[in-house]
Amino acid sequence: MSTTTTPNLKAHEVPIPELDVLKSWLLDMLRIREFEVRAMQAYQNKLAGGFLHVYNGQEAVAVGCIAAMRHTDPVITAYRDHGHALARGLDPKIGFAELFGRIDGCAKGKGGSMHFFDRDNHMFGGHGIVGAQCPLGTGLAFATKYNDEVINGGKSDSVTACFLGDGALNQGSVHEAMNLAAIFDLPIIFCVENNRYAMGTAIDRCTASGDQITNRAVAFDMEARTIRGMDVIEVYREMTEIVEWVRSESRPYFLDIDTYRFKGHSMSDPRKYRTHEEEVEFEANDPIDKLSRYLTSSKLMAEEDIKAMSKSVRSEIREAVAWAKQSPVPDVSELHHDVYADVWGPFTGTSLPRYMLEKRSGEGGDADGA
Amino acid sequence: MPMAREIEFREALREAMSEEMRSDPRVFLMGEEVAQYHGAYKVSKGMLEEFGPRRIIDTPISESGFAGMGIGATMLGLRPIVEFMSWSFSLVAADQIMNNAPKILYMSGGQFGCPIVFRGNDGAGGQLGSTHSWCVESLYANVPGLKMIIPSDPYDAKGLLKSAIRDENPVFCLESERLLSIKGDVPEEEYVIPIGEAVIRRPGTDCTLVGFGRTVYFCEQAAEELAKEGIECEILDMRSIRPLDLDAIVTSVRKTNYCVVVDQSWSFASIGSEVAAEVHKACFDDLDNHVHRVHNDDVPAPYSHDLEQEMLPHARKICEAVRSATYNA
Ligand SMILES: Cc1ncc(C[n+]2csc(CCOP(=O)(O)OP(=O)(O)O)c2C)c(N)n1
Ligand SMILES: [Mg+2]
Repeated sequence: MSTTTTPNLKAHEVPIPELDVLKSWLLDMLRIREFEVRAMQAYQNKLAGGFLHVYNGQEAVAVGCIAAMRHTDPVITAYRDHGHALARGLDPKIGFAELFGRIDGCAKGKGGSMHFFDRDNHMFGGHGIVGAQCPLGTGLAFATKYNDEVINGGKSDSVTACFLGDGALNQGSVHEAMNLAAIFDLPIIFCVENNRYAMGTAIDRCTASGDQITNRAVAFDMEARTIRGMDVIEVYREMTEIVEWVRSESRPYFLDIDTYRFKGHSMSDPRKYRTHEEEVEFEANDPIDKLSRYLTSSKLMAEEDIKAMSKSVRSEIREAVAWAKQSPVPDVSELHHDVYADVWGPFTGTSLPRYMLEKRSGEGGDADGA
Repeated sequence: MPMAREIEFREALREAMSEEMRSDPRVFLMGEEVAQYHGAYKVSKGMLEEFGPRRIIDTPISESGFAGMGIGATMLGLRPIVEFMSWSFSLVAADQIMNNAPKILYMSGGQFGCPIVFRGNDGAGGQLGSTHSWCVESLYANVPGLKMIIPSDPYDAKGLLKSAIRDENPVFCLESERLLSIKGDVPEEEYVIPIGEAVIRRPGTDCTLVGFGRTVYFCEQAAEELAKEGIECEILDMRSIRPLDLDAIVTSVRKTNYCVVVDQSWSFASIGSEVAAEVHKACFDDLDNHVHRVHNDDVPAPYSHDLEQEMLPHARKICEAVRSATYNA
């Protein structure tokens, strides 16, 4: 979903997109929410295992940020990754198949909830180790710039969005990544999804200068700002300004996005560390309601239209779950597949996941290439 | 007759990198002091002048950061060579090199391979003490998804490193600071050595010595000594640890009926113990004694010169092990 804008437009000058685009955002956010609701259900029914971290409440962040980017601009994130993958275009049924550990999953059931990769949609994971995606993200930005400038002799033209949590700010690798991005002038945005908690640890209990985390960017000579993350239009407009600035300047940016996770950290979280009142207060700020209200109050959509959209998303997701349930579990031969790119010993080489192969054969040729 | 030349181990490494960089613009070198300083051990001397700062990249002292940056860059098709000034310092990048590089292909269900080379000095240098004398081979060889090479001479260093740069998997190349200045014949003509093939350094009939990297030289010293006693050792230089050329070991042991493994890392859960286990399994009926192992002593590396030398899996220890294994003690 790419939108062209004039470079270096200020956020408040970025036009609010047309109705079709706004509708697609609403659809994306509803889809993410419903995906997570069904994922939690599946987890309770033991269809999904491992750790499950849901994105409820933060939808406007992934949808707004990604809407401001080109489809070919790389995206990378941590383990709370379903929202980013879906916003990037991953088919929900492929996501559920991954959650259920099935062969049709984006990683053939070998990655799980925390490791959603989707190369065709320029989604580079899904990373389980807190902060570890940030050096990788700088590598993506390094590579786009190297490809553009060193190999192709042109000018750097891509922007990488590297999402991380507020808790990740205290991880050494994140600081290393920010320093590298600054000294190498890498076109990367560190998008901090500041949901105020790292598991049960509130930001002020673990992060020095936690009330103003943009202070950290100063140390790395990096531009920074704090934005509100519950309004997708606002996220999009701010991000648009930043993306285009990063694209034209080839400099890193630190973006503190104020948001809230409505559910527990993962499925085993009793949420004793925060009050019910606090949760209620933030739930009143639901990003989906916010966009819905905007659309209805400005008479762009009627309540009934939104209800109908919600309903169709529910059935789409229901079908996706049903589809994923009938996907086979991986054959045991998969155990030794994708360990090495080549064949040796017990290892049988590698191949793309089924949904990508099907797409390629459907296109009648090998459209491979990251 | 191809022209033979003698060049240093470090030059052989440099030639491997430079040749691959000339033929493939996706290849670049980064690490601490690799550019303007010409490499802490002068391996990359002159490369900045040839390839410029966009491809020979000085990094901050930030192993986790730049190792991860290299890995990330592979996801968009680049083929980085990441130099660790010492593999000892790679420990602070352990998460990136053990978790991400070797597993991203699997975790992504085949979507992203990781063609990257990590290389640098491994093992005791000269009195560097315990933090700087790591032998990481056993530690890292434990991880599926990566390959590991440990060349012992300039010819192998060049041929193996070229293969490593062309490999579609992460390859860990472990060099020894003690070997960087040794010279050896390296032809002018281009060649590569496939990863995963051992070579016989010295033929013999009485006992198989399995070594790799620096320990090959300890084996050679021991073999000279033992020859005087009438024990002819066959020395196998493994060159690659993952894949390990078990067939070569088995063939030799079937001939000699005795086997001593010489591994410069610690003995517990090591390459030495792995080789011993595999040889016991494959050669149960061929062995006339159990496989003997010679390792670094099970201690942190000491600073004091004589203590450090004693710690190594040196010739005297190998001789003792061979005599014991062959009932000549
Ligand atoms: C290196 C590491 N340490 C600990 C964990 C366990 N862990 C997973 S998520 C998490 C909290 C991270 O919080 P934050 O970065 O704010 O992200 P959020 O969950 O809020 O999205 C912790 C401690 C981990 N995955 N990796
Ligand atoms: Mg958080």
